[in-house]
Amino acid sequence: MIKNEDAVKIIDSKRNGSLIVPTMNANNVSFGLPTVTSAQDFDLPLSGAMSKASSLGLGLALAQPDRKVFVLDGDGSLLMNLGALVTLANKAPKNLYHFLFNNGVYAVTGGQPIPGAGQSDWEGMAKAAGYAAVFSFEDLEDLTTGIDQVLAAEGPVFIHLAVEPQVENTPVQYRPRPSRSVQQAFRELPLTLGVK
Amino acid sequence: MTTQEAVLHPPAVISELVKNNVTHVVWLPDSETNFMYQLLTAEPSLDLVPVCREGETMAIAAGLWVGGKKPVVLIQNTGIFESGDSIRGLGLDINQPLVMLIGYRGWSRHGVTTDSAARFIEHILHAWGINYYLIETDEDAGRISIALEEAERTQKPVAVLVGTEFGA
Repeated sequence: MIKNEDAVKIIDSKRNGSLIVPTMNANNVSFGLPTVTSAQDFDLPLSGAMSKASSLGLGLALAQPDRKVFVLDGDGSLLMNLGALVTLANKAPKNLYHFLFNNGVYAVTGGQPIPGAGQSDWEGMAKAAGYAAVFSFEDLEDLTTGIDQVLAAEGPVFIHLAVEPQVENTPVQYRPRPSRSVQQAFRELPLTLGVK
Repeated sequence: MTTQEAVLHPPAVISELVKNNVTHVVWLPDSETNFMYQLLTAEPSLDLVPVCREGETMAIAAGLWVGGKKPVVLIQNTGIFESGDSIRGLGLDINQPLVMLIGYRGWSRHGVTTDSAARFIEHILHAWGINYYLIETDEDAGRISIALEEAERTQKPVAVLVGTEFGA
C-alpha cells in the first residue's frame, strides 16, 4: 500500500502547470496535498459539497482544455457520486486525470469501512463507464515508475491507488484549518488563470 | 370562440442564454423539457453537459465558472432537493453567480397544488436566501436576463422557476 503523503508528493512533483482538485484525505492539512504542494495557486481544494470533486474537476477540465486537471478523489466520496464516472466519460475531456485514493474506510469519521471495501472493482467500474485509460498501483515503487506513462495517456484517465488508511477521530471543529480556504481558492484561481 | 393560450417556447429561453453569452447548459432532462433538448443540441454557441444526478450540476457549473466560462443549470425542482449539499457547499459558500433554471413541477395558478415538489420549492429557496423569478410565457423570458445580471452583480445563485411545460 501507498502512504497518502507519498502519493500526493509524487503527483505534485509531476504536475508541470496542471490544476489539482484534492478532496478528503488527499486534501488533509497534515498529510495531504496542502503539505507538499509546489503550486498552491493552481490548487482548487474541495471540502464542502462532499463527493463532488470529480464533478468540479470535470467542469474545470472543460473550461481549461489546454491544461491538465488532476482530481484527487476518495473512495467514500466517489461512492456518493458514482454516476459521475459516466457523466465524465460521456464528455470525455482529454485533459482530465482522476486519481482515486482507495483506503477502504471513511477516514475522516473514525475509520468505518466503506460499503464494498475490498470487494468493489474500481478499475472495472471506470473501464465500464468509458474512461479512455485505467491504471492501478498497489505500491510506491510501481507508482513512481508508472506515473509518466499515466500522464502521457490521453484522458479521461482513471488511476486507482491502494492507499494506507490514516484515520482522524477529532471532531471537525477542533481540527487544524488549512492556511488557504476553499473560498479563497475559488476567488483567486480565476485571477491566476487570467480569466477574470 | 377559442382563446390563444400563452406558451413558453424554447427559442425564447435559448435566445436569452445566447444574448447573455452563456457558454454551457448543465442539465438533467425532466418531463417538461424535451423540446428544449432538441433546440439546445442544435445551438452551436451552447455546450450541453448532461449529468446522471442533479447534484453534479452545481459542481460542474462551479468548475466551469472558476475556469472562466459562464454556465447555467437546467433541472427540475425535484433535483433541487437532491442538490442541497452542493448548493450549500459550492454555490452559496463560494459566492458563485449561478443561474439555476428550474422546472416547476406541480405549479398551478388554479385550485390546490398537491404535488409536494411544488409546495416545498419556494420555501427551500427562501430558506437558502436564493432570490427567484417565475417564467410562464415567452413574454416572461426576459426575466432570465434579469436573473443573470443579478447573479453577476450580487455574486450569488439566482433561480428561475419555469412554471409551464415548453410548447412545441
